[in-house]
Amino acid sequence: MRTDFHIRPSRLYLGLMLALMYLPILFVIVYSFNASKQSAVWSGFTLDWYRELFRDRSMFEALRNSLVLGLLSSCAAGAVGTLAAVGLARAKLFGGEAMAFLSTLPIMAPEIILGMVFLAFFSLIGLPFGMLTLVIAHTAFSIPYVFLMVKARLAGLDKSLAEAAKDLGASEARAFWDITLPLILPAIVSGMLLAFAMSFDDVIISVFVTGVDTNTLPIKIYSQIKTGVTPKTNALCTLLFFAAAALGLLSAWAGSPRVQYKRTQ
Amino acid sequence: MRRDRRSRRVALLAVLPMYLFTLAFVIGPLAYMLVLSFMRRSGAWGVEADFTLRNYLHIGEPVFLATFWQSLRLAFATTALVTLIGYPFGYFMARLTPKWRNRCMILLIVPFWTSSLMRLYGWMIVFRANGALDRLLMWAGLTDRPLKLLYTYPAVVVGMVYALVPFMIYSVYSSAEKLDMGLLEAARDLGAPRSHAFLTVALPLTMPGVGSGLVLTFIPSMGLYFIADILGGNKVVLVGTLIQEQLMKVHDWPFAAALSVVLMALTSLFLFVYRRATHSGELEGLV
Repeated sequence: MRTDFHIRPSRLYLGLMLALMYLPILFVIVYSFNASKQSAVWSGFTLDWYRELFRDRSMFEALRNSLVLGLLSSCAAGAVGTLAAVGLARAKLFGGEAMAFLSTLPIMAPEIILGMVFLAFFSLIGLPFGMLTLVIAHTAFSIPYVFLMVKARLAGLDKSLAEAAKDLGASEARAFWDITLPLILPAIVSGMLLAFAMSFDDVIISVFVTGVDTNTLPIKIYSQIKTGVTPKTNALCTLLFFAAAALGLLSAWAGSPRVQYKRTQ
Repeated sequence: MRRDRRSRRVALLAVLPMYLFTLAFVIGPLAYMLVLSFMRRSGAWGVEADFTLRNYLHIGEPVFLATFWQSLRLAFATTALVTLIGYPFGYFMARLTPKWRNRCMILLIVPFWTSSLMRLYGWMIVFRANGALDRLLMWAGLTDRPLKLLYTYPAVVVGMVYALVPFMIYSVYSSAEKLDMGLLEAARDLGAPRSHAFLTVALPLTMPGVGSGLVLTFIPSMGLYFIADILGGNKVVLVGTLIQEQLMKVHDWPFAAALSVVLMALTSLFLFVYRRATHSGELEGLV
């Protein structure tokens, strides 16, 4: 009874704050259906902006670039970050602590610095700006997410499980493949998902390291916001929002106890 | 013994890709930034190898010092507001039933997964002259003419707080979630008033979360210049704006590098203080 009394004003606060968080998103969605080009006035419902959006080839190209970039960098980070976390958990290596710290610098430093150093460095070594430089830069800030998550997961893992497998005659590789990997898989996946989300949303670093003709979605939206938004941008953002919401609900559903239970059956 | 040595070799092989990548694309670029900051600009685009402190002395000019000061002030204001708003949120969320906790988490994550530019653009619509907020205020009779809040300092603060508050919420939530409610009950049973029980039991135990939340908000807030760019127009100039201008418009790379070195030093100082205060570098809620 006491907790009930206690929790109510706090629920009000949670609800209010969440509502405030969705407020700007709601405006973008509503105005994507606005017939008027001026977003300050509402002058009737239309789907014209969506039609215009689907006719815009450069938007699809930007979307494809963003997806390719996110996939490549999160997969690269998934492999490199996981291997490193597993390696460092296995043996005390010379300089291991220092390297672990240095590799997380890309998410510890303000993004603008990363953008600046990559721009300067890539032009120093003469890499052509475009997808390649984007992938390298995004991989750099993606590795820490996977590395830190897997490291934390390994730290909480019962070492005797893999030991037992080895005592029972499993080879090193086999013990890793059958015991350790399945146990750290959730951490790998959530690290990679986070990395993908960060990559898909990155403006600052991408602006610096992209070439003239490689646009990602955020770069495109940014330049449109700077030069004057057409309701087409609203339509694009609305679609992105519903994609994110669907993904969020899907992952929540997949992680819910009921589904987890069914999977083990 | 042999198995041990083999195991070491396997471990070394496993960490090798990250070592190499970090050397080539993290340490390399950062070292070059340091070197570049002592070089001299030459011609319209180029740089010239030299050893000069000119770039650093340049930062000492009042215009640039003022920019650093404005950045720091904005970062502190943002961090303070984020803490005030995010702490109760994370704490209350941890006290919900597991079912509601999950729902709350999803509701938090979805905007976070949405394009940050879209959310900024939404605020533009809200703040625009004669936009949503102006009309709401006029309708309520609180003001009789549009306030023109877009391209002002408060608009930038709102944008920054909005972008960074999830980090504080996650951090506080993850340490409040581990909090043993029995401790609070015990304090209450022993006669402590609710506020006192919170201040002496819950607050100290959730401080690690607050600490990592502070780091996770303060550091990005020093660099999120595009929020100031979009919501502040050209009225709010931050170090990030300056670096971007020097790189893309003025093409004075050595000066941009020097600015970055100073910015990096400021954030490292902040991290160092945090590590000292907490005796560890682990950030709660990040992983």
